[in-house]
Amino acid sequence: MKPFLREKIPVALSEIPETPAYEAGYLVTKNAGWRNIRPVINKEMCVGCLQCYLYCPDGVIFKKDGKVAIDYDFCKGCGICKRICKLGAIEMEAEK
Amino acid sequence: MSVTAKTLCEDEFFYGHKACAGCGGSLAVRVALKVLGERAVAVLPAGCMSAVGFNFPQLCFGNNAIISTFAGTASMLTGIEAGLRAQGITDFQAVGFAGDGGTADIGLQALSGAIDRNDDILYICYDNEAYMNTGIQKSSLTPFGAKTTTTPVGKNIRGNLRPKKNMFEIVAAHGIPYAATASIGYLNDFLRKVEKASKIKGTKYIHIIAPCPTGWGTATDMTVEIAKEVVDCGLWYLAEYENGVYTLNYEPKQFTDPAEYLKKQGRFKHLTEEDIQTITASRDAKWEQIYKTFQIN
Ligand SMILES: Cc1ncc(C[n+]2csc(CCOP(=O)(O)OP(=O)(O)O)c2C)c(N)n1
Ligand code: SF4
Ligand code: SF4
Ligand code: SF4
Ligand SMILES: [Mg+2]
Repeated sequence: MKPFLREKIPVALSEIPETPAYEAGYLVTKNAGWRNIRPVINKEMCVGCLQCYLYCPDGVIFKKDGKVAIDYDFCKGCGICKRICKLGAIEMEAEK
Repeated sequence: MSVTAKTLCEDEFFYGHKACAGCGGSLAVRVALKVLGERAVAVLPAGCMSAVGFNFPQLCFGNNAIISTFAGTASMLTGIEAGLRAQGITDFQAVGFAGDGGTADIGLQALSGAIDRNDDILYICYDNEAYMNTGIQKSSLTPFGAKTTTTPVGKNIRGNLRPKKNMFEIVAAHGIPYAATASIGYLNDFLRKVEKASKIKGTKYIHIIAPCPTGWGTATDMTVEIAKEVVDCGLWYLAEYENGVYTLNYEPKQFTDPAEYLKKQGRFKHLTEEDIQTITASRDAKWEQIYKTFQIN
């Protein structure tokens, strides 16, 4: 199961479990704000080799139509994917 | 054939975590869980990977995962495996992800006990070569010469005075069913080792080098290249231990210059020519031993 964003953020005491157990994959905050540069994939140049998908520490690159796409809610802009891509299909661009 | 980027499970089980950008440890945890799948029950002791994965109510593991005491990774794995087995549950993998401090220092006794009992668990040490979560203190896996907050650089000493502990061979010396070294710079090798370990009964140990841009003083986009280079220059090696035999999995045709590797990192900036010669000489001594005692793949 891939963790995903939820709408509900438990705040009241009654919403906080008494046992230290809680639902897996419960996300309430994004990581997009950490980034000042963003990877942009050139779809023409990408051959779908999946090396960027394999090496992204955050797992935010996913398969799409035989190529790859990025979940910008959680990409931190580290730039590893750009260095991994042998075809030069990823460019880092300044966040506006 | 072992799992590759193309055949790897598409689900993510470590997602939305708060590790620094470019964190090598988070990459190791992420891909190991993709190999093991959602029936992995993960144990993470105090350290960066628990700190960035569990921030209630933000829980970044998609599988069952729990924080253990700093020293107790292996003992909690033992308990989880025994508890699930007692309930008749068999389709799971108890897996631990502990740092270098949590493994080679405070967690060594629990790990040694688990190997002694041959508990059916997989223990993965992500080695970022210092206590990162508490602000970069030296562990027994910090390499010679590295600057940390407890091995500073000044007039009298230049970083860490002691060599890196040989965890892989310490674990192997127990006669463990399977042990391996890995690097996040060579993920296909790591994927194969995790998959192989998951199919072996008894205690399994994988030691993966996982650079930390924050503690090593490297750019966030260099993590994977640095992890590749440490293998290419011979300061780390990819090997396995199985049925009493050591095997080297990858033999660099010619080592790259260790000075190149060291000078890319803030923690080694201060090293003198002499220090680099010391490091190179200890590398050569290590490889002499490898050639004498390891089978070459
Ligand atoms: C018994 C105990 N001592 C000390 C600590 C404080 N502590 C928490 S994380 C940590 C460092 C962990 O270092 P390492 O195992 O290398 O993992 P990393 O943070 O580098 O990922 C320390 C000292 C603790 N939680 N418990
Ligand atoms: S590494 Fe480059 S070519 Fe390969 S999938 Fe990623 S963007 Fe496409
Ligand atoms: S910049 Fe970093 S986090 Fe973002 S997609 Fe590339 S590798 Fe992943
Ligand atoms: S300090 Fe290092 S190991 Fe810890 S989260 Fe940051 S990059 Fe990862
Ligand atoms: Mg550490």
